[in-house]
Amino acid sequence: MRSDACLADQRRIHFMAWEFRNGIPIYLQILDEMKVRIASGALPPGSKIPPVRELAANAGVNPNTMQRALTALEQEGLLYARRTSGRYVTEDAEIMKELRKKLSEKYVGELFTQLTSLGLTRDEIIAEVSGWKTPEKTSQDDQKL
Amino acid sequence: MIEIECKDLVKKYGRKTCLNGINLSLENQRIIGLAGPNGSGKTTLIKLIERLLTPTSGEITIHGKRPGKETKGLISYLPDRDFLPDWMRAGELLDFYQTFYDDFDRTKAENLMRQLNIDFSGKLKHMSKGTREKVQLVLCMSRKAEVYLLDEPLAGVDPAARDYIIHTILENYNEDGLVFISTHLITDIEPILDEVVFLKEGKILLHRNADDLRAETGRSIDDYFREVFAC
Repeated sequence: MRSDACLADQRRIHFMAWEFRNGIPIYLQILDEMKVRIASGALPPGSKIPPVRELAANAGVNPNTMQRALTALEQEGLLYARRTSGRYVTEDAEIMKELRKKLSEKYVGELFTQLTSLGLTRDEIIAEVSGWKTPEKTSQDDQKL
Repeated sequence: MIEIECKDLVKKYGRKTCLNGINLSLENQRIIGLAGPNGSGKTTLIKLIERLLTPTSGEITIHGKRPGKETKGLISYLPDRDFLPDWMRAGELLDFYQTFYDDFDRTKAENLMRQLNIDFSGKLKHMSKGTREKVQLVLCMSRKAEVYLLDEPLAGVDPAARDYIIHTILENYNEDGLVFISTHLITDIEPILDEVVFLKEGKILLHRNADDLRAETGRSIDDYFREVFAC
């Protein structure tokens, strides 16, 4: 899911709502996106998240839908609410570790599913992963820019 | 709390039956979409709520009252076509709305128009269609109404303008109230909907929570609409 929310400057306002995939309830998609942001540190531990209405407007969704996602995140311990001041990202190291673990498992699972569907064996998949190098930028790429 | 209730609502134009027994309850604190193909009766239903039309039979209540003088003040209505005198200037429209509606927030409307770089001395008829649509929407959403009735607010405007319109609805509606939007541009609108109503040939086909419908059908509401109303 792509997401961009920017108030570029006062004169030209550009809203790009998050893109949502078909069929899956939107609050679940929001939930997944928020988990990624929390796990990656884009929403740092202990940081305050914007109020529901602002988050909803930036994402281009109904505030009730956003609320549903935030409540679920609270229930999972990823966010906590301080009564008068709003919602904050958890600082609990164990919870963060568990979140990263779950997301890793999910992505690894997806990788295995895709490569298996191409006919690779488990050993072949592991060999691919071990041999993986991040592609270097070549001078050709620079010339394209 | 139920804001709008329709009981066995029927509307005929001569011998043609446009709405054929509508039973609908719309609660407040919701954004609800009304979807249906052209000619399914969406605008008729909205006009009945706004009391621009009277039912052939059946009942509508708004906030517990019959549609009339009292309820018109509760509803902020955005028709599907240009409805303001085109000789009016943007600044004059602000005066106009302020005079008519106690719940009109002039400062908010001015700020929104400034963001759009609207020339306050410019006449409506000299504005592009997209700009006129935005101006009309700004005026409508700057009222703190119980019910917002928006008839096809996205029709005929470019994608960036549609984004702006949706964002403006979300940012400015009265959260205690009800926003009822009729549209057939469902992809743009579906992320902001709490509930959706499908209208087919004058009858309610379904009225569901938007996310529940997506979960049940495994599709976006737009996709499901195409399936249900396939020609």
